[in-house]
Amino acid sequence: MALKPRNRKPARTLGALVALIVLLFGGLVAATQWADPRAQLTPLLGLDLAGGRQIVIEPVVSGSSEASEEQVQQAIDIIRRRIDGSGTAEAEVSRLGGDNIAVAIPGNPSAAQLEALSRSSQLQFRPVLVAQPVGADAEQPTEQPVLPLPDSFQPEPSVEGQEGSPDAPTTEEGPDDAETSNGPFPEGLRAQDDADRTEDVPGLPEDGVAPEPSDASDLAQITPELEEEFLALNCAENTEGERVAAAAEDEPVVACATDASEKYILGPVELTGAAVQDATAGLEQGQGGSTTGRVQVALDLDSQGGDKFAEITARLFQYPQGQAQNRFAIVLDGSAITAPGINEPISGGQASITGDFTMETAEILANQIKFGALPISFDTLTSEQISPTLGGEQLRMGIIAGVVGLMLVFGYSLAQYRALGLVTIGSLAVAAVLAYLAVSLLGWAANFRLTMAGVTGLIVAIGITADSFIVYFERIRDEVRAGRPLRYAVDTGWARARRTILISDAVNLIAAGVLFWLSESSVKAFAFTLGLITVIDLIVIFMFTHPVVSMLANTRFFGEGHRWSGMDPERLGAKRSTYLGRGRVNLPPVKTKPSRAEIEGGVV
Amino acid sequence: MARFATLGNDLYTGKRSFDIVGRRRLWYVVSAVLIVLSLVGLLGRGLNFGIEFRGGSELRVSSVQDLGDYEDTATAAVEQAAPDTEPTVTLIGDDTVRVQTGQLRNAQSEQVRADLAEAFDVGTEEVTSSFVGPSWGDTVTTKAIQALVVFLLLVSLVLALYFRTWKMSAAALVALLHDVVFTVGTYALLGIEVSPASMIGFLTILGYSIYDTIVVFDKVRESTEQAMDTSRMTYAEAANLAVNQTLVRSINTSVVALLPVATIVVVGVVFIGPGTLLDLAVALFIGIAVGTFSSIFIATPLLVQLRQHDDEVVTLDGKVNRRVQRDAAKADAVAGNTGLGEGDPAASSPGSASGRPAPREAVTGREVHPWAQRGPRNQPKRPPRSRR
Repeated sequence: MALKPRNRKPARTLGALVALIVLLFGGLVAATQWADPRAQLTPLLGLDLAGGRQIVIEPVVSGSSEASEEQVQQAIDIIRRRIDGSGTAEAEVSRLGGDNIAVAIPGNPSAAQLEALSRSSQLQFRPVLVAQPVGADAEQPTEQPVLPLPDSFQPEPSVEGQEGSPDAPTTEEGPDDAETSNGPFPEGLRAQDDADRTEDVPGLPEDGVAPEPSDASDLAQITPELEEEFLALNCAENTEGERVAAAAEDEPVVACATDASEKYILGPVELTGAAVQDATAGLEQGQGGSTTGRVQVALDLDSQGGDKFAEITARLFQYPQGQAQNRFAIVLDGSAITAPGINEPISGGQASITGDFTMETAEILANQIKFGALPISFDTLTSEQISPTLGGEQLRMGIIAGVVGLMLVFGYSLAQYRALGLVTIGSLAVAAVLAYLAVSLLGWAANFRLTMAGVTGLIVAIGITADSFIVYFERIRDEVRAGRPLRYAVDTGWARARRTILISDAVNLIAAGVLFWLSESSVKAFAFTLGLITVIDLIVIFMFTHPVVSMLANTRFFGEGHRWSGMDPERLGAKRSTYLGRGRVNLPPVKTKPSRAEIEGGVV
Repeated sequence: MARFATLGNDLYTGKRSFDIVGRRRLWYVVSAVLIVLSLVGLLGRGLNFGIEFRGGSELRVSSVQDLGDYEDTATAAVEQAAPDTEPTVTLIGDDTVRVQTGQLRNAQSEQVRADLAEAFDVGTEEVTSSFVGPSWGDTVTTKAIQALVVFLLLVSLVLALYFRTWKMSAAALVALLHDVVFTVGTYALLGIEVSPASMIGFLTILGYSIYDTIVVFDKVRESTEQAMDTSRMTYAEAANLAVNQTLVRSINTSVVALLPVATIVVVGVVFIGPGTLLDLAVALFIGIAVGTFSSIFIATPLLVQLRQHDDEVVTLDGKVNRRVQRDAAKADAVAGNTGLGEGDPAASSPGSASGRPAPREAVTGREVHPWAQRGPRNQPKRPPRSRR
């Protein structure tokens, strides 16, 4: 069927809308079929609807009133790691506005799990007693952590003094031997037992945990239980961090490297992050001040920490390079973020860690050290267990309320606008389809979950969306009343209504945006839904309602103002006689031109 | 419905018109009374802050079969595990018992959950527990107030730019504050619990109130701009006509917006009980109703009042008044039947520069074409051929 020329443009717009819907739907279906992770065809439900526990935690950095941006980020990383470590599927960690962290855990986590989540965290320096590569990396220890054997020649994480001894060679063989001592742990342990040279190191803190260990590096601390634990430790599963972090500071523990490439037995805590003043990533300075091209992480300790660090490095330095005991580990929340060997005793509090870093990994390490330095503890602000039955019930009721409300709106607009009301119904239906697709897709793409507040937002949106149509229809009616034929009334009415709709929707978007960026949890979800709906409203009125009405205006039924069309000029008071205006008072806006009588009177 | 449409027509043409701008004193008094009532509620009764603002633990037992003595049962169960927590027990909906206590420790609340489940003979998963730190509500409130300030600043700016006068922003903001104060006051008066969800409600009301005011103001803008061009109406008259013309829209919109919200209120009260949904819906219902009222009866009259001393408005009103007087004078003159009316001294406006005479009326009172009044047109006089 050939389109009338005046129908072409609206038809094109409608085509674009259909394309948009098909695209969204196709995207959703494609995402359910091939994407990883799989999307689902229904919207993701928030905790309050699906059931689970919602906790809001506020990180508190001791000593400073406000946690800095980076510290909050660090705290979120910590929480995320803890959650992953606890093996909870689908748990969600997100940042609320400001400093707060929201953790949503489906199901019913135990009290102990919850307790573990909000434990405080601090950077710790522990000497390494035993190290062993694990997993696929075991054969080729290309990563930074250095295995303690003297043959191989990997220039790897090593610590050197910066100011303390500027002449120190910058490259140390981070001798490594995967081959010779790569054997199973007990061998390594024995070997090191033989090489126990700790006696000559004086004045180091006693920990009194193990049978009279002489210092923090003493292998005598390793109890059979610890040994067993170490053997059983499987870093790939990353389930140990929690327990390690919870371990007492003065006891040896087993731990994994953050990248799960090595596992360690670590001595007691010798230094905490409180001693760290700064950590920066940068290029290593050679002797002449020129850069060597190697990336390093420079560590700046305070004076007390520096003294302590000097003691530690002096002690560790006595072990041959490449041996596990030559190394110390920097532990953050239960896993060793790095474990460099000691190239020389470091006094003066300036140390640098060099190794296989790229600028990027060095930055990450420096940040981890810097912002993990202060102990972060976590205050639980809210902790809410929501039963799925209650949530499901609320969702069901919410949907019932929405449907009933929608029916009432349909009825009202039919009564008010007759056949034009059908356009309202169609528009709302299109809006509903768009909203459903958008929410489902966002659930997959951005993990957007529909909460109770969101559902309420959607229901309230019915009214706001319908208002656009009302404004539009009323403007058209105004034009018809002013005497324009419907076809032209639609065009001029649209031009006016468009302005109003645009400005009012702009304000709605501002409201949604401000609420979204500046507020918390449920308010945020509500704002998001409101913004989404406003955008959908704009799409619907521009791409569906207006084109449809323009096309309808070209039909006989509407164009000639059938009495059921809702645009009946007679009913709208646009009678010809009234329009021509016998009484001047009644039609001021129409009579903008002087009447014929007046003109003639003037001319003649 | 036909009568409603007729009302719309009459309002549009001005045949029927509510004097909304003129009677502003009345509306101001009405809202002053509303505001005073709200303040009495706010200061007298105060707001009933929910557990989110006070801090504490809340446990809900759903699907309870036997509700006899639920208060005692619950209190006993809670006291057993956590003495000295002063539980308050309320019944929500048909089968849900809500217990609010002081702050419980994690282990304690697990214990209380188990005890409650046993006491009411339901599964543990039917008992939900939530703990809310007292700072939670504060955080939300602080954030909300920050958001509010930013929002108001942005919106005033946008509106001032769009309407090209800050006075429209000012009037819209006054209407907005009016709505918020009244909604909050209603909360205090009715003793509705203030939860973070009702905060959301307040914020949405802001959005809706502004939205509605903008729609009305846009019509006012249109109407007054036209008045400025044609000098046919004073600013106040144009504004009043605009409000009247948009009245049907306002009614339709508020009905459509209120219908779903009202449904939620009903469903919420009957089936769900207190919770996010009901709190929000009640706040929205009141807010939308008041918002519609204020954009028509407060914002517009206020706008007219604010602008009445503006230069362009004064000029316009002067022009219109002069015109009215002139017309009246002409009418008098015509009544005195002085023939041609070009002697009118006030005829200095561009419209009358062409020397257009005032309409004349014959003895019958009906308008007569000037042609008819002047009699037959003078024909060119040409001397007969014989005399040429």
